[in-house]
Amino acid sequence: MEKILLLGAEAIAQGAIEGGMSGIYAYPGTPSTEITEYVQNSKSAAARNIHRQWSSNEKTAMEAALGMSYAGKRAMVCMKHVGLNVAADPFINSAITGVNGGLIITVADDPSMHSSQNEQDSRFFGKFAMIPIFEPSNQQEAYDMARDGFQISEKFKTPVMIRITTRLSHSRYGVQVSEFREENLLKLPDDPKQFVLLPAIARNRYRILLNNQINFESSSESSLYNKYIDGENKSLGIVACGISYNYLIENFKNHKCSYPVVKIGQYPVPKILLNKLKSECKKILVLEDGYPFVEEILKGFFDLDIKILGRLDGTLPRDGELNPTLVAIALGIPTKHGLPVPEIVANRPPELCNGCSHRDVYEALNIAMKPFGDKKVFSDIGCYTLGALPPFNAIYSCVDMGASITMAKGAADAGLFPAVAVIGDSTFTHSGITGLLDAVNENSPITVIISDNSAIAMTGGQDSSATGRIKEICAGIGVNPEHIKVVVPLKKNQENMLSILKEELEYKGVSVIIAQRECIQTVTRKKKTAKRG
Amino acid sequence: MKKDIILSGVGGQGILSVASIIGLAAIESGLFVKQAEVHGMSQRGGAVQSHLRISSDEVASDLIPLGEADVILSVEPLESLRYLPYLSSDGWIITNTAPFINISDYPDMNKLLTKIRSYKNVIAINADEIAKRISSPKASNVVILGAASLYLGIPYENLENGIRKLFSKKGDELINMNLTALKAGTGS
Repeated sequence: MEKILLLGAEAIAQGAIEGGMSGIYAYPGTPSTEITEYVQNSKSAAARNIHRQWSSNEKTAMEAALGMSYAGKRAMVCMKHVGLNVAADPFINSAITGVNGGLIITVADDPSMHSSQNEQDSRFFGKFAMIPIFEPSNQQEAYDMARDGFQISEKFKTPVMIRITTRLSHSRYGVQVSEFREENLLKLPDDPKQFVLLPAIARNRYRILLNNQINFESSSESSLYNKYIDGENKSLGIVACGISYNYLIENFKNHKCSYPVVKIGQYPVPKILLNKLKSECKKILVLEDGYPFVEEILKGFFDLDIKILGRLDGTLPRDGELNPTLVAIALGIPTKHGLPVPEIVANRPPELCNGCSHRDVYEALNIAMKPFGDKKVFSDIGCYTLGALPPFNAIYSCVDMGASITMAKGAADAGLFPAVAVIGDSTFTHSGITGLLDAVNENSPITVIISDNSAIAMTGGQDSSATGRIKEICAGIGVNPEHIKVVVPLKKNQENMLSILKEELEYKGVSVIIAQRECIQTVTRKKKTAKRG
Repeated sequence: MKKDIILSGVGGQGILSVASIIGLAAIESGLFVKQAEVHGMSQRGGAVQSHLRISSDEVASDLIPLGEADVILSVEPLESLRYLPYLSSDGWIITNTAPFINISDYPDMNKLLTKIRSYKNVIAINADEIAKRISSPKASNVVILGAASLYLGIPYENLENGIRKLFSKKGDELINMNLTALKAGTGS
């Protein structure tokens, strides 16, 4: 069968469909978005009626996937690394309950923070939950791991994690695909208490998880994804996790590394292979795209009589993603350098599109805030975060999904006035509603601007959860309807917007201003589709 | 054989389409293709790049190592210089000269074009003008691909087939427009 070109993300999606998945649950987040989108556009997924709508946030997605697993069917939940922070409660506890139908949690990390607030390493979360982790080094492995992952999950009755990074997710290569496996039938758990985490039951479930660790370890020892690859030069041993294996072999003729290598694709780390490496080499270099996760594990009990090189001792940079040149430098292999970037090359950072509704919101807000001074506007995650940059310089915080409202409230509790929050419609439904409820309950003097472009725009224009219902939600949780204002952010409405802002900024209670105008990219896309159809 | 190509431009200028065309063409030639790109932020008028690696053997790294790129294929002049650290000593810069000015400190065009032409192997053409002339104003990206077609190690016919495959669902008119743009870029 011919190979097909697939992004790493797409390979996981294709593997999951062929692996007999009945549902995929997710919230958009770069670099994981494409996994769900592939399933949404897949004919085979449609034919099988695989659940494939977006969830409001990663926690609801994780819980729904667990619910599908409870019912005996196979589910995958996808997110970016910080999305796992949101899903952490059900994630950690799904390891305690264990699964019924196979459950895969796919997390896409973002070393070098190409589009994220940090570069946290999800392998720590996998270890924290004490479940098997799969980390592909290429698109074929990504496909295989997703396809086989459900069976491994069902064999050990545990959720499993697949961890990828941006460079694999957004890179295309040929993948050999296989046949479709059947989905599971609806089948309830044998043990009626399996999912009830009352302490007495949970203690028992936890012991089951602890006893399973030895099974996960032996699975790693015999895993196809963990390999010992011999090399003649024993002066150095190399441990290469996931995609870093590619960067390593890139530096050698015929992709044959002259040092012995332990390639890691499944965790817990394979003890037997690592001990073999230790017995042959006096120094070990650890290559991993992310935090020094394996490096710290090895340093812990090896450091006595063997030197561990990596990010912690300066052989590799402590932060940022790896690449073949960094690996070459670490190995002392001569590297090539092209030419320096000339000074004439000015920076070209991302910016809001021409015609974007957020532009009109910020232009009005900046005028309205002038009498109050700067640093009083808290914001959130979305296209509108670009309001922190010139020409707007309008916002002063962006920390995590929903934090705009709650930070404004906390600052107001401290006495800051006015305290303004700028949040998007999708971020609001993701995790802004509960923060607004807190503010309503204390009648906090905050002004919340929901810049509603009716889309999850930055990630490519996915549907927002509550389009057309934002005003009702705000009224429903108790915001005084006299202080919920709806405007259409356009230049011609600026005077109206300014008078509303003035009134609501001065109001010493909760104000919500909904600035509603559809994302210009979505509008353009809809027009194109309509023309074609 | 191997060809490491860096595609560069501004978000929205169609470098991913060019990458897809080359990728499909390379597969037809029986070559291995690995192509890395950036999503998300890249839609928003910022600098974007794609690493496209073509080889007769399996490709390892998704990222091109520094100093290994055989071609920098750029749809925008300022962007043609941003990835110079990747260019090999004999590598080619093939770029559009029509600027996309969305920053306040965009350099003076004369200085920029002089700088571009100061490098060893350069092809710099006004793809926007050529595209307009053949009534395909949105196809500058494919015009540049045409200009680069001799330097990619892939038969020209395969690039044409790549265009046919990529736009197969979008109708003959669009396909022909792009085929014309490709030809126009070759200068013949």
